[in-house]
Amino acid sequence: MTDVSSPPGGVRRVAFPPSWPTRMACIALALYVVYACSILDIGRERLVAGFGHGARFVSRMFPPNFAHDKLELLYGGMIESLQIAIIATTVGVLLSLPLGLSAARNLSPLPLAWAARATIVLFRTFHPVIIAILFVKAVGFGALAGVLALIVASLGFLSKLVAEAVEEMSMRQVEAVRAAGAPFLSLVIMGVLPQVMPRFIGFSAYLLDSNLRNSALVGLVGGGGIGATLFTAFQRFDYDFVLSIVLAIIAVVMAGELVSGWMRRVFQ
Amino acid sequence: MDASTPSKPAAAELGRSLVIRNLRKEYRAGQPVLKDVSLTVEGRGMTAIIGPSGTGKSTLIRCINRLVDPTAGEILFRGQDLARLNGRELRIARRRMGMVFQEYNLVERLSVIENVLCGRLGYVPVWRAWLRKFPAQDVDRAFHLLDAVGLGDFATQRADQLSGGQRQRVGIARALMQEPDLLLADEPTSSLDPKTSVEIMELIARRAGERDIPVIVNIHNVDLARRFADRIVGMSKGEIVFDGPPQALEDARLLQIYGGEGWLE
Repeated sequence: MTDVSSPPGGVRRVAFPPSWPTRMACIALALYVVYACSILDIGRERLVAGFGHGARFVSRMFPPNFAHDKLELLYGGMIESLQIAIIATTVGVLLSLPLGLSAARNLSPLPLAWAARATIVLFRTFHPVIIAILFVKAVGFGALAGVLALIVASLGFLSKLVAEAVEEMSMRQVEAVRAAGAPFLSLVIMGVLPQVMPRFIGFSAYLLDSNLRNSALVGLVGGGGIGATLFTAFQRFDYDFVLSIVLAIIAVVMAGELVSGWMRRVFQ
Repeated sequence: MDASTPSKPAAAELGRSLVIRNLRKEYRAGQPVLKDVSLTVEGRGMTAIIGPSGTGKSTLIRCINRLVDPTAGEILFRGQDLARLNGRELRIARRRMGMVFQEYNLVERLSVIENVLCGRLGYVPVWRAWLRKFPAQDVDRAFHLLDAVGLGDFATQRADQLSGGQRQRVGIARALMQEPDLLLADEPTSSLDPKTSVEIMELIARRAGERDIPVIVNIHNVDLARRFADRIVGMSKGEIVFDGPPQALEDARLLQIYGGEGWLE
């Protein structure tokens, strides 16, 4: 009863009242995770067996195989992947400007904007790998399927960001160009592009970076490139060659990140 | 033949005068910002529109070049009803009307000279804008105008490096670059300090005067309006409540325009 911080009235005010709904939700989540693990047979024994298997697998990877014939395979696949990534990025960047501008509600008429938005959502719905599976079924195995899949994925990614950048730009600057009687394309060139270009270049650099990674991925499902090489190596239990491929992919992805980071710095 | 449609007056006869008839604008239905405003502006000199904030001055000026679409009424200029124009016709009408903005509205990431050349976008084909291949006489004129507004040395600097007064000078050069038959200025000095404000008004009056371009200017500053305008139009609550020469703008009239009292001392 000597608590000096108690107000004269005797009732202590609570600064942070406990939130019982939050506590209940946390407990429920924890219980569900335990339940789901038991259903999926994720237990101690399964983990021990799995890790043992994994260790054997990793030990068979060493030393990485850099034999001459393997290196040729690796080089060919990697070049194809790079080509897939660069073609897809270039086409994606070129097409995403008109698609993104059409989707920007402050520039394009509403029906067009909604149509463009629907297209972008459709392109973004599926992971590149799923799109790649569709294209492999449609146009057959090889680089063409991979390129098409990555173009679709690039368009979904970049058009959305372009549309958002355009919607956030300053309309005052656009208004001034419009007041001069500029035709729509001149308005875009002189009033819109200068405002969104720095961000667009940043996004494009990031797109190149992510297409480099994804080009390996689409290969796994038949889209050509280093992914196809990797898949074949797995199927033939050439685990030492698998490691060489993985190391090469890591090197290329890191190089890609350096390049895209440099691009963003230069053009910002 | 519909007798109620006014016959199209010959462009030459009308010259550069602007006739506004019963102009109405409602941003929300039933709440007019402009209440059937009628105004004739002769093809010369400077007309200043004064009045309290939110009284529809900006809307009036923006209806003329159709940055705002009027709800009803006519705006006759060079033989056309601007309120009815669309697409290409509207663009061609717009390029004959220069506009100076309160916040300058320069394209920040373009150079000063590119901003001035934006005034030619209504005239040049898209590919010229894309490749920055403006006709040589346009480029010469742009440099000439930059000299005329005192910014000859800033041509290749980016617009976002300029001060407010410098930006507004570029805005004026851009508007004049259009070779306009009418210059609209929407609060051109409201974002500037008093000394720069006078300089900017002087610049507009002089450059428009020597080219014989009529000017319509919205302005908060009554002293500046008195000093530079040949005619003052006072607006209040979407209507014109005063129209006359600066000398006729007595204190009683100001109270009528701005309402209240006590602030005029």
